[in-house]
Amino acid sequence: MIRPTDLVGAAMRALRANPMRSALTALGVIIGVSSVVAMVALGAGAQARVESSISSLGSNLLIVVPGAQRGAGGVRGAAGGWDALTLGDAEAIERDVANISAVAPVQNANGQMVANGLNWNTRVMGVTPAYFIARDLAVENGRELDETDVSQARRVILLGPTVAENLFPNMDPVGQTVRLNGGTYDVIGVLETKGQSGFQDQDDMALAPLTTVKRRIAGRRGRGDSISQISIKAASEDVIPLVEADVIDLLRVRHRTNGDDDDFTVQNLASITDAMKNATQTFTLLLAAIAGVSLLVGGIGIMNIMLVSVTERTREIGLRKALGARRGDILNQFGLEAIALSVAGGAIGLVVGFLGAWAITGAMDLPLVLNVETPIYAIVFSGLVGVTFGAYPAWRAARLDPIEALRRE
Amino acid sequence: MAGLIAASDLVKLYTMGDETVHALDGVSFEIDRGGYVAIVGPSGSGKSTLMNLIGGLDTPTDGHLYIDGQDIGAMDDSDLAVFRNRTIGFVFQSFNLLPRLTAQENVELPLIYAGVEPKTRKARASELLHRVGLGERISHKPTQLSGGQQQRVAIARALACEPQLLLADEPTGALDTTTGKEIMGLFRALNGEGVCVVLVTHDLDVAAQARRTIEMRDGKIVRDQHAAASA
Ligand SMILES: Nc1ncnc2c1ncn2[C@@H]1O[C@H](COP(=O)(O)OP(=O)(O)OP(=O)(O)O)[C@@H](O)[C@H]1O
Ligand SMILES: [Mg+2]
Repeated sequence: MIRPTDLVGAAMRALRANPMRSALTALGVIIGVSSVVAMVALGAGAQARVESSISSLGSNLLIVVPGAQRGAGGVRGAAGGWDALTLGDAEAIERDVANISAVAPVQNANGQMVANGLNWNTRVMGVTPAYFIARDLAVENGRELDETDVSQARRVILLGPTVAENLFPNMDPVGQTVRLNGGTYDVIGVLETKGQSGFQDQDDMALAPLTTVKRRIAGRRGRGDSISQISIKAASEDVIPLVEADVIDLLRVRHRTNGDDDDFTVQNLASITDAMKNATQTFTLLLAAIAGVSLLVGGIGIMNIMLVSVTERTREIGLRKALGARRGDILNQFGLEAIALSVAGGAIGLVVGFLGAWAITGAMDLPLVLNVETPIYAIVFSGLVGVTFGAYPAWRAARLDPIEALRRE
Repeated sequence: MAGLIAASDLVKLYTMGDETVHALDGVSFEIDRGGYVAIVGPSGSGKSTLMNLIGGLDTPTDGHLYIDGQDIGAMDDSDLAVFRNRTIGFVFQSFNLLPRLTAQENVELPLIYAGVEPKTRKARASELLHRVGLGERISHKPTQLSGGQQQRVAIARALACEPQLLLADEPTGALDTTTGKEIMGLFRALNGEGVCVVLVTHDLDVAAQARRTIEMRDGKIVRDQHAAASA
């Protein structure tokens, strides 16, 4: 029986005899494996980004907005108009729905903010202290809103980091004032950064007391009892569906609707997260599948070269058989050559793929997510490619009749 | 003394379409251990076919062939590979050395398939190359050797696993007369050491060296002649 080390030695020797050909053959697998690795890393990065940005909106969050549900999660503004949601709804939810840790009515507005001779157009949201809980907001510098700010409709404001940077590039905004829609407001705090949510810059906004925004900033939209949305934080992840159902039931009673003519929509952040995760997963799979095709092409390249090699080395195969090589020995030698080519290609492809993923995620400003299993998969898969595409040429070699083979020129 | 080779009614048929070629047509003979036999005959008479059967490269269509007590017809592929490795040493007309390997590595090949460890087989290869007169050239590649030297390497390789039987199909066919004589001298010396040599040749001078000559024609043995004890 041939020693395993000699089998490997014979295969390596054959590959070294044609370095250029071996390198080009391995290149097919390098391209295949590196593109799969890069695509998978890219997909993982995109997914991590989606998850973190959505969870940064706040955990266990339900958002009630005016307007009817449209298809899969979209919102239409028609039925009931923008004033369908009221402060009374928010109070009723807080009073009647169980398993809630915060209910935060929100009034949206827009405004041109001026300070320091600089100006910045941004969203200004009128909120209550509950909003900080509902949205997991924290203050980087200064203080949060308190009940008195709201009850007395104080002219105070908290700036998102983007706003703070643009209006106060080189100074601490806390203690300064900004002008907004004709009024002057004291900056009491700067929010911690939340980053991009995928839809918008979550740091590009300002928070003021709900009462202040309704009376002074929102203009016509602020009149009356209507509000732009209600953020609800459920007590735990498990009760989200329960709270969602209770909120819907309660609002249907209050709005006298029966489901078909609802003038409000409850958005469940958890289900949106799931939907987006699924979407990115599908996308990743698609990219990896396309990359997988190039791995297949690399495998076919190996098969092609191995078939050429078997033809070229027919005499050598015949001789080895005459000298005592069994079919299995020949099969193993040629199989090993194919596997060595593809595993070497796989290892190099792994490194190239990681470098590629690093470059692409860097350029796209995505997190670089490196999976610990990826190297194992890359090596195992490229090995399988070698086995699959090396099997037929090796079988052809093993099956050669030694007499025929030795007669061949 | 039991015969090393015992063939009875050996038949080898080749079918090509409708036509059947009787490459061997009922051949029976025995060859003793340590024998020295030349097989002669016109082209197409079945000499190579017979050698291939004796060497375990092919199996007979009919009849029985025993070599060293083993039934060649009953062996499977793996048995035949081991048989070729242990019992037979092949020498070819065209040397059949692997061009990428040195002389020493070429001689090591059968030892690799016998599973001999590297140190032992390197020593053995070197010793054999010294024995065939190539001690100075063990790390030469085949292209750096003359035809005669290449055939010596091939003979050293054939001897690697200490076979009982050396099979040579026209070993001097590609060599000039002088070199051919040197190679024949080597065969005779090896035969003197107890190795059974069976060779195919067209050259009557070469055949004359053997102690026995089997002549074939149309797949049959037409003459089997033991030389008078010669020098
Ligand atoms: N693989 C094969 N298929 C078909 N016919 C074959 C095959 N091998 C040999 N033959 C035929 O068998 C016969 C014997 O061939 P063989 O090679 O044994 O002759 P030989 O005596 O060695 O001739 P030479 O002196 O030319 O080498 C020839 O007629 C040949 O055509
Ligand atoms: Mg012949």
